[in-house]
Amino acid sequence: MQWLTRLMMPPAGSEFAKEIDSMYMGLFWLCSFLFLTIAIPAVYFAWRYRYKPGRVTPHDTHNTAVEITWTVLPLLLCVGIFFWGLKGWIQYAVAPGDAMEVQITALQWQWRFEYPDGSRTINDLHVPVNRPVKFIMTSEDVIHDFFVPDMRVKHDIIPGRYTEVWFTPTVLGKHNFTCAEYCGKDHSGMKGMMTVESDADFAKFLETGGTEWEDYFNGKDPKKTPADWGKVQYETKGCNSCHTLDGSKSKGPSWKGIWMKMETLNNGSKVLVDEAYLRESMMSPQAKVVNGFEPIMPSFQGLLKDNQIKGLIAFIQSLQ
Amino acid sequence: MDHAIAVTPQVGSRPRPKKNYLNETKGFRSWALTLDHKRIGVMYLVGVLFAFLLGGIFALLVRLTLLTPSHMLFGKVLLTAEQYNRVFTLHGAIMVFLFIIPAIPASLGNFVLPLMLGAKDVAFPRLNLCSFYLWVTGALMAIAAMVFGAVDTGWTFYTPYSTTTDGPVTLMTGAVFVLGFSSIFTGLNFIATTHKLRAPGMGWFDLPLFIWGIYSTAIIQVLATPVLGITLVLLMLERSFGIGIFDPRIGGDPVLFQHFFWFYSHPAVYIMILPGMAIISELIPTFSQKTMFGYRAMAYASVSLALVSFIVWGHHMFVAGQSQLATVVFSALTFLVAIPSGVKLYNWLGTMYKGNIKLDTPMLYAISFLILFAIGGLTGIFLGTLATDVHLTDTYFVVAHFHFVMVGGTVTAFIGGLHYWWPKMTGRMYSEAWGRVGCALWNIGFNMTFLTQFFLGSKGMPRRYYNYLDQFQPLHAFSTVGSWVLGLGLFITAAYLLASLRKPMDAPDNPWNGTTLEWQTSSPPIAHNFEDQPVLEREPYDYRPVLAAR
Amino acid sequence: MSTTSVDLQSHGQAAGHAAAHHDDPHHQHHFTTMEQQFDTSKIGMWLFLATEVLLFGGLFVGFGMMQARYPQEFVEAHTHLVRWQGSLNTVVLLISSFTMVLAVTAAKKSQKSKQVLFLSLTIVCAVIFLIVKYFEYAHKWEEGWLPGKYYSYKADPIPACTITPGPPTAAATTPAPNAQPCTNGYSTFFSFYFMMTGLHGIHILAGIGVLTWLLIRARRGEFSASYYTPVDLVGLYWHLVDLIWIYLFPLYYLIQ
Repeated sequence: MQWLTRLMMPPAGSEFAKEIDSMYMGLFWLCSFLFLTIAIPAVYFAWRYRYKPGRVTPHDTHNTAVEITWTVLPLLLCVGIFFWGLKGWIQYAVAPGDAMEVQITALQWQWRFEYPDGSRTINDLHVPVNRPVKFIMTSEDVIHDFFVPDMRVKHDIIPGRYTEVWFTPTVLGKHNFTCAEYCGKDHSGMKGMMTVESDADFAKFLETGGTEWEDYFNGKDPKKTPADWGKVQYETKGCNSCHTLDGSKSKGPSWKGIWMKMETLNNGSKVLVDEAYLRESMMSPQAKVVNGFEPIMPSFQGLLKDNQIKGLIAFIQSLQ
Repeated sequence: MDHAIAVTPQVGSRPRPKKNYLNETKGFRSWALTLDHKRIGVMYLVGVLFAFLLGGIFALLVRLTLLTPSHMLFGKVLLTAEQYNRVFTLHGAIMVFLFIIPAIPASLGNFVLPLMLGAKDVAFPRLNLCSFYLWVTGALMAIAAMVFGAVDTGWTFYTPYSTTTDGPVTLMTGAVFVLGFSSIFTGLNFIATTHKLRAPGMGWFDLPLFIWGIYSTAIIQVLATPVLGITLVLLMLERSFGIGIFDPRIGGDPVLFQHFFWFYSHPAVYIMILPGMAIISELIPTFSQKTMFGYRAMAYASVSLALVSFIVWGHHMFVAGQSQLATVVFSALTFLVAIPSGVKLYNWLGTMYKGNIKLDTPMLYAISFLILFAIGGLTGIFLGTLATDVHLTDTYFVVAHFHFVMVGGTVTAFIGGLHYWWPKMTGRMYSEAWGRVGCALWNIGFNMTFLTQFFLGSKGMPRRYYNYLDQFQPLHAFSTVGSWVLGLGLFITAAYLLASLRKPMDAPDNPWNGTTLEWQTSSPPIAHNFEDQPVLEREPYDYRPVLAAR
Repeated sequence: MSTTSVDLQSHGQAAGHAAAHHDDPHHQHHFTTMEQQFDTSKIGMWLFLATEVLLFGGLFVGFGMMQARYPQEFVEAHTHLVRWQGSLNTVVLLISSFTMVLAVTAAKKSQKSKQVLFLSLTIVCAVIFLIVKYFEYAHKWEEGWLPGKYYSYKADPIPACTITPGPPTAAATTPAPNAQPCTNGYSTFFSFYFMMTGLHGIHILAGIGVLTWLLIRARRGEFSASYYTPVDLVGLYWHLVDLIWIYLFPLYYLIQ
């Protein structure tokens, strides 16, 4: 009967999906049987008791035993199905504690993903095989719905709230995901591809910080320059909590006009703010602290990918 | 001597009276200001059929757009994504609010209910006319909204999309608000009529099952529709004043809208299906020439479906962010729906058993109903079951499921009822041969269109999609071809019914050998329904006297 | 709303049938007896009142949900309502309900002058209610305690939005969706205040309309022990309007 399952369901990408498939097929056979208990008598009676002049019909008003049977039996059946469905659903509703967390921000008409290490992608999801992944989702505008047919899961994404969905992919390769809650003009275009890959491939993917940065360095979109990418880092990596962009003093030096400036350090020596100094300041910030500031900046060693550092430097460069 | 029974013995081959409700008075004013429930029913019938035509054209457009993934037809793009979104919204809104909800109660129900009760009219004839004009007002507002660019929210008006999108959303929701009051007043009228205007001797368990169905429907119309009304008012105010209840940007909760909306719109599903079941409960005993099997169970099933309908709204929101406990409870409650539905199906089969079944067009539609509604009901189990619903909800599976219930169920019953009471309403018989052709095309076309969509849905095709993956193309194309067969069947049906109006009146008073009171008066009935007040002597569907008379 | 339940004249088509009934001009042709007609009207009115309860019920539920969302703001906003004005209106409405009962009794007893007197008193009470309401609304208007986006109370700083636009890390590339000033909580409270008391006020206005219509007919002496359906039904309606206020009053003016 595998062919029938394949006819009706998309490929199964997880153990959970296989379970749903067997439940679906179980219901399919059960309902087919129940359908025949209705369709066969309906057609058979119409033929067997077709009109004959003079046929006398019995005055059967009711039959308590029969009627109780077809009230109680379906009720018992329904109770059974309910608990069967509940069992599968609890699995869907409760994510394991050790699941990897991926943030989803949905907006008209785009998916944004953020991985635990801060790597980001758009419409392109990468997950490691055989590890539970939990998605923490919110929307920036209207209601969307994260639907992965191959995993047999979906959940609405609601603005102003966080919702969750999880699965453990077991099949390597590409799987579709798509928006399943009507969200306007390009609702049907709001889809993307999920790549389930080995741990090694996934680690390699994370190393470069996802794939979103590529859009900022390939020069295709004039609104996405390396400096813009740096601005994103400035706002998301916490730089903006200590460094201003308007020249005013905060916990750290303002970035305005700092590029190629001669700074005096707290040991009295001077240093030119160039690419080498900026890189050093991000990786080992205590090495050369500008005079008048506390040595409080944490190291971003390992937290900033190379493309992000490049972006930040380009951004600082642009703040003349 | 095939003629009927339950009451007035003089029925026989009575000459057709010269005056009937159609020719009693003449002129536009005599119709526009009529208080006669029969004329109001006929006007409603014309109105809802017009809405059905309009909604059907939009349905064909939707299907045609989905014929190919490129949406090309003769080298041109048929509809853009924005146009497509508007068209499916209009299809849904028109079919639900202008057609299916009023279709059976307000047109056929209005005509038949007082006749079946042996009454001269509904309890409040002016309110009845008022309902009709509210419907007309709502329809005109909806058409105005269409002219002003139409809305693209889907018929469900989900927030915050509906509070932020452009287009005349306020006008459209206003139209639905007015239509809601039309529906409330119809329901109110029918409840009062059933309580107080029954013929002498007619107790509650002597009511034809059609009345039980319409009465249960009326309860829902009266108790659920006001909530829709206030929800739509809140939506309009959210758009114009930003009151901060549904839009999260100003502090509201979009899921609250869904609760409010489905608190009405789930019971509304039963406003649609109960009258369909009610018609089938007339057709099957009449054409089986046999008493209704399990009459009381049928009556209780109607009322319990109406009551259960109020406590299952959350099953529309299993993945929409309601609390998980609520989800579990709503799933459990949802299975309750299966019980009375099953009871009804099996009682209809019990009625056919050992009957003397005449396969005239109305009965063909009744048997089609049994089969199509069974599929619609049983696929509901997949959606009520929590684990499978997660995969299937918001896909074409849901689309197919509710079309099987609403169209395969309600509309099939509506067409069957229309054929059943056509001789009574117009005094004319239609072409039986063409009737069978229409019914066959209806079945073939319907199953081609919608059975396919179960497979599309389980394969993962989301609903309300303009673009789709190439792999779904063959199924979409098949479904679209099915919609043409369906359209052809309806076109033929409309043609022979309209053609019958050109003949002189030829319908006997009781062409189907029915036992309920509407068959005791002339076809078409006189203005006051009955020459003398009928008095009920037997329970409905009692065929013993007919059989004894032979 | 009177037309929902009361049909005044027997309609045209009944002419031929009128002879079969007794002579009461209010008798409609499709009813066998006046009693049946009265009972039917009453059922109709009760059903209509049920829809009214559900209409307001939706707003009460909405209010409850929003209060649960913004408990502090709602409690604080309560204090801006003037309690003595609400109390005065409660008393006025209770008196009007009482005079309405007396008017119905007078109709049942065919006492024309008492009908006129008590109906007039009921209308006077309704008008007083609306006058007090006018002063309440005017005060709110001046202070800027207005619904939704029109909320502009100067004395309290515009409270910050309690929702965040999304994970702070991911949302940064687009402007935050809630860039406009956000006045939820307080403004939501006043949205509901105006919606609920406003809808109630519309019902009072409609009540004044039908009461005036009753008054005109009562002066013509149309109501008597044999026919007082309209007075009775409007009475039911008026009590419901009163009852809704009895729930609105503690909800807005008393609960802290």
